Amino acid sequence: MGWNLIRTWTLLVYLFMFLPVAVVVLLSFNASQFGSFPMTGFSLRWFIELSQNEAILRAFRTSIVLGLMTATISTTLGVLASLALVRYRVPGANVISTLLIAPILVPEVVLAVALLLFLNFMSINKSFTLLLAGHVIFTLPFVILVVQARLVSIRRDVEEAAMSLGASPRQTFFQITLPLMLPAVLAGALFAFTISFDDITGTLFWKPGGVETVPTQIFAMLRNSISPEINALGTVMILLTVGLPLLGLAIARSASTKRGS
Amino acid sequence: MSAVTLTDIVKRFGDFTAVHRMSLEIPEGSFLTLLGPSGCGKTTTLRMVAGLLDPTEGEIQIKGKHVTNVPIHKRNLGIVFQNYALFPHKTVADNVAFGLRYRDVSAEEAKRRVNEALELVQLPNVGDRYPKQLSGGQQQRIALARAIVIEPDVLLLDEPLSALDANLREDMRVELKRIQHRIGVTTIFVTHDQSEALAMSDQIVVMSDGRVEQVGPPEEVYNTPSSEFVANFLGASNILPATAGQASGDTLPIEVGGFGSIAIPRDRAPALNGSGKARLVVRAEKLLLTRPGDAPAGSISVDGTVETVDYQGQAVRYFVRVGDTQLQAINMIDGRPFNEGDSVAVSLRPRDCAALPEGT
Repeated sequence: MGWNLIRTWTLLVYLFMFLPVAVVVLLSFNASQFGSFPMTGFSLRWFIELSQNEAILRAFRTSIVLGLMTATISTTLGVLASLALVRYRVPGANVISTLLIAPILVPEVVLAVALLLFLNFMSINKSFTLLLAGHVIFTLPFVILVVQARLVSIRRDVEEAAMSLGASPRQTFFQITLPLMLPAVLAGALFAFTISFDDITGTLFWKPGGVETVPTQIFAMLRNSISPEINALGTVMILLTVGLPLLGLAIARSASTKRGS
Repeated sequence: MSAVTLTDIVKRFGDFTAVHRMSLEIPEGSFLTLLGPSGCGKTTTLRMVAGLLDPTEGEIQIKGKHVTNVPIHKRNLGIVFQNYALFPHKTVADNVAFGLRYRDVSAEEAKRRVNEALELVQLPNVGDRYPKQLSGGQQQRIALARAIVIEPDVLLLDEPLSALDANLREDMRVELKRIQHRIGVTTIFVTHDQSEALAMSDQIVVMSDGRVEQVGPPEEVYNTPSSEFVANFLGASNILPATAGQASGDTLPIEVGGFGSIAIPRDRAPALNGSGKARLVVRAEKLLLTRPGDAPAGSISVDGTVETVDYQGQAVRYFVRVGDTQLQAINMIDGRPFNEGDSVAVSLRPRDCAALPEGT
């Protein structure tokens, strides 16, 4: 009896969470002019229109370039910071660690305004580079958290064994440490990419005029009218942001079963 | 020429001195054990030889070369760690071959040597498995194969048996000694387990609080301890207050309360200079309990009462009261063990005793 109640409740919670998403996906295949029920027929019309919409394609390119660059820079910095914090004795390591994680704790609006005010104060104009810098700042904590956790679990004596066998510290890093923490590095990069791809608050504050990412483009489109194109765009975004991490997970899993672990 | 020479090595961590001015010579091909309780500085010493720690003061030489400032990856050492430290993402064969990549070895040569090493540790058919698919004992054999395949100048073993369970540990002990003998590599072995040290070593270095207490072959360290610490750390000993007399010829009279005067051979008291206060050390297994009147000839015997009986299978450990001291005796069982409260004769032979100066 109790269990049935819990089951029903759980089901309701999931419905509440996923039904709107399902509606968006469903409606993106609607043939009708209006993005609402009842559906008048199945069509890929909105996807085709989407692929011909210059503004959206440009936003897509921007988002992907921004996401990839954010992921690359954040992951590189995150791995280096984690190595320093976990493997070396750095004075004030705890303070540095807290500061690096802080962007998660500070509300994003505050962070966004703060960076903007700072740029104003320094009389620096908004640019793509600064947008990128902003994205790196608030994706970095995620990378560091994931990579640090993994690095702590890699025993120091494995690296020491490699060095005793003749590998220099650099060779040891590329032969032993990096391969062992690769799942975490990939997960961190994936996090950074999806968070950057998804972000709207910071991006709205930081983007220079004329540059739109997918979320800001959707936001702009919604202000005029609700076109079914947005449903199609939503479906593509869902596929990307849900599909990529799942793909990453699958790769990591197949790699670890090969090792029998 | 000695394979490893430590000269006045000191290691400090802040205010704490882990190793006090240690000097040691390790002959080529020998098996030397650093033995002591945890925190005695044995692992610190090993890590300094390995190049994983820099000594605060002093010099380390390996095969006549100063290596104090040589980084670990240029020292040509084989290290076996307590927790195996195999590379989990590489196959067993790749693990063993790892060190050969950084040496001038052709692919066929490397393959041949890896196979040889795997055969030496009696695991010839596991090359394509991953470490996690092997048992603890097998993993430690692979770690050993990986360390010796590079033909190291010195093999360093950091408590390599302590992660294994008791039966396996004894097998590996024999195995390790066999392999070391076979390839003749100079070996430094770190352990806190006295039976491992006694069974495997050519030389034992007993350490305590960062200092060397005694260096010598196993029998010497065991039979003629040079300090109370060594006597207590290796096996069970009775340490009795005594007074040394004037040596005459090859014997030295030692006056011990309850036993009277015991004339022990002079060479059983190497650290004792002249007469005065001393300590008499008698190993628990050298103290023989018999029925009153059955004491063997040639030994000194006193009356005692059995207080506690600790039955251990082939042997029994007795706590026996003699006068106002309690002594420990470990005897093989011959017939029936004594019971608590039995009156016994406690006897010892003078040549089984050793004497130490007081306060060591």
